[in-house]
Amino acid sequence: MARIDLVELAHSYSGAAADPESFALKPMTMTWRQGGAYALLGPSGCGKTTLLNIISGIVTPSRGKVLFDGADITPLSTRERNIAQVFQFPVIYDTMTVRENLAFPLKNRDLPRKQIDARVAEIAELLDLTPSLDRKAVRLSADAKQKISLGRGLVRSDVAAVLFDEPLTVIDPHLKWELRSKLKALHQALDLTMIYVTHDQTEALTFADEVVVMHDGRVVQSGTPEELFSKPAHTFVGYFIGSPGMNIVPAEVNGREARIANHTIGLDRTYDNLPIGARIEIGVRPEFVSVAKPTKGLLSAHIERIDDLGRVRFARVKIGDVKFAAHVPSGFSSPGSEAGLVFDPGHIHVYADSVLVEGRA
Amino acid sequence: MSVALENVSRVVNGVPWIRDISLTLERGTLSVLLGPTLAGKTSIMRLLAGLDQPSSGRVLVNGKDVTGADVRKRSVAMVYQQFINYPTLTVFENIASPLRVQGKSRAEIQARVNDAARLLKLEAYLNRTPVQLSGGQQQRTAIARALVKGADLVLLDEPLANLDYKLREELRVDLPRIFEASGAVFVYATTEPSEALLLGGNTICISEGRVLQTGSTPDVYHHPDNERVAKVFSDPPLNTVDVEKKNGSIFYSGGERASVAGLYGALQDGRYKVGFRAHQLAVAGGASDRHTFATTVTVTEITGSESFVHLKRNGYNWVSVLSGIHEFPPGKELDAAIDPRDIFIFDQSGRLVAAPKSM
Repeated sequence: MARIDLVELAHSYSGAAADPESFALKPMTMTWRQGGAYALLGPSGCGKTTLLNIISGIVTPSRGKVLFDGADITPLSTRERNIAQVFQFPVIYDTMTVRENLAFPLKNRDLPRKQIDARVAEIAELLDLTPSLDRKAVRLSADAKQKISLGRGLVRSDVAAVLFDEPLTVIDPHLKWELRSKLKALHQALDLTMIYVTHDQTEALTFADEVVVMHDGRVVQSGTPEELFSKPAHTFVGYFIGSPGMNIVPAEVNGREARIANHTIGLDRTYDNLPIGARIEIGVRPEFVSVAKPTKGLLSAHIERIDDLGRVRFARVKIGDVKFAAHVPSGFSSPGSEAGLVFDPGHIHVYADSVLVEGRA
Repeated sequence: MSVALENVSRVVNGVPWIRDISLTLERGTLSVLLGPTLAGKTSIMRLLAGLDQPSSGRVLVNGKDVTGADVRKRSVAMVYQQFINYPTLTVFENIASPLRVQGKSRAEIQARVNDAARLLKLEAYLNRTPVQLSGGQQQRTAIARALVKGADLVLLDEPLANLDYKLREELRVDLPRIFEASGAVFVYATTEPSEALLLGGNTICISEGRVLQTGSTPDVYHHPDNERVAKVFSDPPLNTVDVEKKNGSIFYSGGERASVAGLYGALQDGRYKVGFRAHQLAVAGGASDRHTFATTVTVTEITGSESFVHLKRNGYNWVSVLSGIHEFPPGKELDAAIDPRDIFIFDQSGRLVAAPKSM
């Protein structure tokens, strides 16, 4: 396991001379600590796979360096980097038994027999593979094969890092729960640096201690799931994390007040230094706005639809032309389609040109 | 327009894939086929489309027997999980292809392709070919083509499974509106309960080649006929515990004894299985009239807005979902509680005998 430093790293598929704005990966400097569980989260085309490929050595960056424990490994091949990788689809040997598959990465490195047996037994136990250790892999289901792939990725204890590229894509939802919690428990048990690439917020947030959110080749925020949820540093994070995502609406902000649609909403903090000429928006998560009976003093909205998601209900409303999602309290019933919105001022954030502005207490 | 399967079975190499299914799908409706992998969802779609023939039973369109009729004469569009496009045609021409076959005018083709492209956010890519697109963009092209075709029956087989999470979320919100507007019979297969809930419509719950339950989506979710349906329609997985009502008490398998309350009141003495979804299992605290269990934390997953706490309790694995951030270390002992008014009770054969009142 190793600490990983990304130093002034940037990449363009059309060469280093290209316009920096067109880079697939814009210049970034970050440190990932030894033994940490990180997720790279973002939509397709955000640069997360490029970044993973740079760390694994499949792509050589146009600029900057990758350090493992302080040593520059940028020129090294994938093989020389001492990393383990798990891909979207199972990569195993069908003709071998489960045990042979798990032992393979260790045998390749000429570990003593005893050590191999002990480690294979440990990993098999953690993944509930012990009963099938002597079965041939060919007869197993796709789910079970992917479990073996995970085991092969985790079996070596001397790797600098384990890289996962959307490893649960082909797994049934029920088993996803099991494998996600297994992976998390494995991380806690094994002290390995893990980097997990996904576009699925649930996978990222449940797996990682720290989630690196990428958008358009940039890291827009890196933080704990709680930080990303409660204080998105960029409107993209607000939109991308959470389901439904954060409501982001244009507003006029003055001091401790925001005005939308000729209505004033009180804020918890004072904003008196907003950049002049910037696009000002407020962001509030649907969890922190509720619909109520239309009442004087509340911002009025038109209910278009109520989504019953089983354990919660969200109303899709419109404020003028602006779409908005709001929590529906249990017992709420509206006589018509008009409603008032009740805001939790502690959870309203202010953004200038998409970037969070810290207010004054 | 209506499509129906009447006592349809399909046996492949001696193995029953579809077992005696009867269904009627009406125009302007969305039916969600919900079931785990290999439940028979794709087989049902292929039978509806006429791509496969039933071993027994009949396929009816508008009440007329079309079993064995030429599939090309049926008005069907299908979207597969693995997107299929014409590699040499542009996105525009890919979407336009069924309209060209139908001999539509240039103006109509232009208008309908543009409408579909706007709906699926493909306007910027109309002049590209599929190889220049991401997987999600290619799948959206395939969906757009199925929509412009104007078919009477549109079959979508896990169409969003390969798409980005956020895009999936947006399309799930838009699709019901698209379905309503088109007036066709839509059938949408998925393994995910949350997807079924977002799409609404009717849900047909499938397991092992059988239809377990059919009804409006919220009804099936809130009132599953049996344990199997509750399991298929729960994510996180349904928590269960065996229980016996005897001598005016409730005995939970594994130790706890509780007083008769809530839904247990109306039950006869005997053995039952109790099911409760993750949000019906509270951790730490709660009212005193709850039934409490000693559990141990195996792992906690935090999504930002919610925490999923995985618990072990005497041979049972449970999941509880709490709002907010709650980090419990593995091995921590916690009291977990259910509200006896808010559980599902199944008899020994798995049939539902008591359920919470709907919201």
